[in-house]
Amino acid sequence: MNKGILGKKLGMTQIFDKDGRAVPVTVVEAGPCVVVQKKTVETDGYNAIQLGFGDVKPRRINKPMMGHFKKAGLEPKKYLREFRLDDITNYEIGNIIGVDIFKSGDKVDVIATSKGKGFAGVIKRWNAKRGPMAHGSKYHRRVGSMGGSTYPARVFKGKHMPGHMGNERVTVQNLEVVKTYPEKNLLLIKGSVPGIKGSLLYIRDSIKVSR
Amino acid sequence: MNLINEVEKEQMRNDLPQFNVGDTVRVNYRVIEGSRERIQPYEGSVIKKQHGGLNETFTVRKISYGIGVERTFPLHSPLIDSIEVIKRGKVRRAKLYYLRNKVGKASKIKEI
Repeated sequence: MNKGILGKKLGMTQIFDKDGRAVPVTVVEAGPCVVVQKKTVETDGYNAIQLGFGDVKPRRINKPMMGHFKKAGLEPKKYLREFRLDDITNYEIGNIIGVDIFKSGDKVDVIATSKGKGFAGVIKRWNAKRGPMAHGSKYHRRVGSMGGSTYPARVFKGKHMPGHMGNERVTVQNLEVVKTYPEKNLLLIKGSVPGIKGSLLYIRDSIKVSR
Repeated sequence: MNLINEVEKEQMRNDLPQFNVGDTVRVNYRVIEGSRERIQPYEGSVIKKQHGGLNETFTVRKISYGIGVERTFPLHSPLIDSIEVIKRGKVRRAKLYYLRNKVGKASKIKEI
């Protein structure tokens, strides 16, 4: 990982590319992020920078966190996330990171918490097929067979069954940056990203491309 | 939402004429063939306008060699070179799907 930024999902729209095709994009308000802490091999066992993003009232911050910001000599931030970058020598505490680290055509990975779907059945959760809805059938959207009864006489671990769906950490790899607006702190990413509008996005350069 | 509107606004076109459902229009559409670019006119009556803002599209219906053809264009597409309004039509529907079942004189739209 060479670079990364935190952002807020604003919503989706479409823009026209240079060939006139409509491209679906997610609009992300990314940065400005500030480097709050530098972690090095000597002190922490690994190299990383900690970025802060989003303004917050000081009275909403508890005292231990306030001390952390005070040590860096910075205003408190709403979110703190670590980026384990390959090279952190260029970063100093207090540096501002903006969308200008990306340019259009770059590939990025986006990590976020997906929308919660509650307790979902196998059709929604695992794309199972349903039974007939009529003609005397009573088998509509239920779970199918779970395995043999004599052998193995148990349900295998990891069997696709109903349960809680969504509201989990999801990574989407290799999304294209379509456009950036450094003066408005906006990033347009091709396609959709996980999470609701207003959710925190962890954006880094794509690990598949940078390696 | 405001920031999204700002992104959309700079993509939107305001050089196109105002037209409505029922109007007869000629759409001059840019076609790219290999390295060459030419303008292909498409003329017919507007049977629907959908969505809004940057995502707005309109559908033009014409009878081509006896067969009805409908084509949908994104209104703000940069591939639309220009739009000419030929006739203003008087209609009482927002979507003129009934034209699909009419032939000949019955499929005509009254002019204003």
